[in-house]
Amino acid sequence: MADAALPAEFSDLERFVQDWCLDSEPERYAKRLASTMDEIQAFYDAVMPRAEEAIRYLEKFPLNDLPEDAWRLLKLLYSLILISFPVEIWRQPRIPDTARAQFELKIEPVP
Amino acid sequence: MTESPKVPKQSARQYPKPPEGTWTEHYPELDTAPVSYENSISPEFFELEREAIFKRAWLNVGRVEQLRRKGSFFTRELAVAKTSLIVVRGTDDRIRAFHNVCRHRGNKLVWSDDPHEETAGNCRHFACKYHGWRYDLDGKLSFILQEGEFFGIDKAKYGLVSVHCSVWHGFIFVNLAEEPSQTLTEFLGPMITAIDYPFDKLTQRYYYRGDIRSNWKVFLDAFQEFYHPPILHGHQNPVMRQADYQDKGFYTSHFQIDGPHRVGSTSGGAGGKLVPEFYNPIERVMRSGLFGPWDPSEIVTGELPPGLNPGKKKNWGLDSFQIFPNFAIVFWETGWYLTYHYWPVAHDRLLFEANAYFTPPRNVRERLAQQLGIATIKEYALEDCGTLEATQMGLESRVVSTFPLGDQEFMCRHLNRVVNNWVEDYKRKRAED
Repeated sequence: MADAALPAEFSDLERFVQDWCLDSEPERYAKRLASTMDEIQAFYDAVMPRAEEAIRYLEKFPLNDLPEDAWRLLKLLYSLILISFPVEIWRQPRIPDTARAQFELKIEPVP
Repeated sequence: MTESPKVPKQSARQYPKPPEGTWTEHYPELDTAPVSYENSISPEFFELEREAIFKRAWLNVGRVEQLRRKGSFFTRELAVAKTSLIVVRGTDDRIRAFHNVCRHRGNKLVWSDDPHEETAGNCRHFACKYHGWRYDLDGKLSFILQEGEFFGIDKAKYGLVSVHCSVWHGFIFVNLAEEPSQTLTEFLGPMITAIDYPFDKLTQRYYYRGDIRSNWKVFLDAFQEFYHPPILHGHQNPVMRQADYQDKGFYTSHFQIDGPHRVGSTSGGAGGKLVPEFYNPIERVMRSGLFGPWDPSEIVTGELPPGLNPGKKKNWGLDSFQIFPNFAIVFWETGWYLTYHYWPVAHDRLLFEANAYFTPPRNVRERLAQQLGIATIKEYALEDCGTLEATQMGLESRVVSTFPLGDQEFMCRHLNRVVNNWVEDYKRKRAED
């Protein structure tokens, strides 16, 4: 694939790159709240079974020198972490009883 | 859920109390009476707290790693003291703090884009955006535009207004008093200064902040008792959601106070020690959760750093040190730490900050374990944020005037008492003057 965003081994996850490769926690959390449970579940069901394999793939690179496609794969895993709570615990995108509360990650290391 | 030998059994008997029978009665400065939260709903009391507490106590405003080079600075907006500070590393490597006000016409000296927001950077001097007056990094006024137009002005008398500033283990503290009654070391006292932790090795920082509509103490109280987690956080915590904890509760294994400061120790997070079924699938993949990575970081050795686990408990998992008035450090057994800051903005509003510090990850696996840890912090904190705004509303109704606190809420009772004592002391001294 000429314009592959992810490493070839993970080409089946390409369809999630546009929506779920996000640069910061506030963007990821906003995406979580803006998504339906069906969308979240579809992403989880596709990425979760590949997570261990993705970690093993990414471990081959020095963390501070990830190729672009590997970095995008890692960002998908960051999104997986954030949407695991709706899937595994809450059964809804938002944490219950937090309609008004806001608490944002302002500084996070890159990668 | 089936019982497993790996599940820690909780019972009151396993958590022995002092000879007096309770932690609360062990300390003669505390009583067991129901507590008033009038000090958390009164705007007048908040005005007193500004002067009595936040302009007299040492306040942590950051860490030295935020000022890596000569000329590195950051600003802090301290709404509680109605001031902004510049904290800067000078050419002599000394860290100083100044009020962020130009001596010429009172303009805020250092800000970018929005004067209400904090900023950070590196510079050789501070230049006022208004008329270009310049100050050296040690606060001296070095340049006045058209100096000859002024009337016998002596630049030496127009330096930035300095603030007492002192560093403990890389934590930068300020004191807004003209003359603090104690040095930082005296203020921190023996229990806190006994801590000798390799803070400088934990440079991987994640920083959260939130704007919360509750009193700073009402909010802080949820972070200094372990009575609520099996209920408020019961759904998401692998340990807490066991029926055993929800019926019998969770016990803090050690409490201690030293002056205005306090510590509570517990068996800590789950840390991956339970049978796999207790964990969420993501936790098993990332080997992390509640809150941090399960695998010990490189700072973990056979011996705990001095000052930690002050009660010398066998099943130690974390210490939650509460440094008066609004700063907490939580040390975890797997070798990372968390800080909380509760900055009052009004009697019913605070800025809540959480920083998680880890050793720099050596690979993607370690990085992801941190990422799940800090994501978990948010899932928990947001539950607290929602609930504590509700508590503030309940208190403000003034339908109930005093509230029973249990022995597990020992630290809440102590904070309430210390705050009242500091305000009383301030009022007494003001009356004497």
